[in-house]
Amino acid sequence: MSMPFYVPPEQMMKDRADFARKGISRGRALAALQYVDGIVMVAENPSTTLRKISEIYDRIAFAGVGKYNEFDQLRVAGVRFADLKGYQFSRADVDARGLANQYAQVISQAFTHEVKPLEVEILVAELGWSAADDQLFHIMYDGTVIDERRFSAIGGDAEAIRSRLDERYRPGAALADAVKAAVESLETGDRRISHDELEVAVLQRDGDRRCFHRIDPGSIGQILS
Amino acid sequence: MSLVRFGPGDDPGPNFGELLRRAGMGPFAPPPDGLLLPVPHATTCVAIRCSGGVVVAGDRRATSGNLISHREMEKVVAADRFSAVAIAGAAGPAMEMVKLFQLQIEHYEKIEGTSLSLEGKANQLSAFVRSNLPAAMQGLLVVPIFAGFDHATGAGRIWDFDATGGRYEERDYVATGSGSLHAAAAVRLGWRSDLGPVEAVTLACRALWEAADADSATGGPDLARGIFPIVATVDVDGFRRLDDGRVKSTFERIVEEVQER
Repeated sequence: MSMPFYVPPEQMMKDRADFARKGISRGRALAALQYVDGIVMVAENPSTTLRKISEIYDRIAFAGVGKYNEFDQLRVAGVRFADLKGYQFSRADVDARGLANQYAQVISQAFTHEVKPLEVEILVAELGWSAADDQLFHIMYDGTVIDERRFSAIGGDAEAIRSRLDERYRPGAALADAVKAAVESLETGDRRISHDELEVAVLQRDGDRRCFHRIDPGSIGQILS
Repeated sequence: MSLVRFGPGDDPGPNFGELLRRAGMGPFAPPPDGLLLPVPHATTCVAIRCSGGVVVAGDRRATSGNLISHREMEKVVAADRFSAVAIAGAAGPAMEMVKLFQLQIEHYEKIEGTSLSLEGKANQLSAFVRSNLPAAMQGLLVVPIFAGFDHATGAGRIWDFDATGGRYEERDYVATGSGSLHAAAAVRLGWRSDLGPVEAVTLACRALWEAADADSATGGPDLARGIFPIVATVDVDGFRRLDDGRVKSTFERIVEEVQER
């Protein structure tokens, strides 16, 4: 019988974290920030069918970076969780905090117990009744949950994007200004992102029950011109 | 409640009913055998196809035997932005079915990232009606109408259903519920192929008036309490419920006409 080599837990965690980080940084990053009517999410995404940003529930949106199939499974699980909870209790009982904790559980379980950790980072955004109640939960590849205010960035190079967002973020900005700030923050060095490579969606306080709306590519072009 | 995840072989896909069953919350459990207590029943609804869309209308009354149990039932509701569902039959299972149907449409849209076709929605509702068959055999019958605007054809379409889940697309109009005989007769007499939305609204109101006039389980406009039948249109701009003021004035004209007879 062969004995497995002893690997110190510190080393194992580090290896797994490096593996997950490497997978995530291969994909493009994503930014979310508050604007005058709610929360806008901007992702660099050349595909118009494989979405990074999606609707979970009336006031909750999901955004993921990293391996598409992995975060898409999490998205579907989130929609199911929210719809089941809303069906069993009331639509008002579905909140982002509960969902973020569930995601954290699944992701941290995979990080420590499964063959390979999930190569994803996700963002769960909830639109409050006023801007002060808006919530942004950033969930890392190891299950760490970070409750962020005003804006958030996930994916490779998120630190740099976050600091650029910090400079450009203006409270109560109009949609066009917020999208511009996000795009400028996502652009690194001389690299410019063309508007047909952008995926933009909002959670908008407009009185509709379902607050999630996609901004179609044509409108993105108008906004950025 | 926890985040449920399924293996590749047993994923329920966008099917919300199946998801409920997996979560142990299966809908449409047949009621126990034996005598059923009288439960509220909701009554008459009509749908009329007109140029550019459909008009759907329903009264507000629910009855248990000879008693009026509710005066403000909402039997005509938006299934999603471009379709409406109207229900007649046992109020409890009917409202549950509508809730499930709305959820199913939205759930599908979120999971799949695209909407079901209008035909697909009608088919889904037919599956729900069929699932309710054991309950229907014990008196908890639910008979809905489904109507919507089909972007594929650019016109309104309507369907009615029977207790077994039979799904029938109707060309012109349809009525369901205890007053349906009178309502359908009124629509039949007033229907023309070039009916516009405004005339269709008047015709739907007239049909409900005739049903309420001849059927004790169908409620007419309740002027004392200010409760009026629900009238909604579905066209290229989506589902729109007419405000009570407009419905009230339509019924006032009908009353005047009746007085002049």
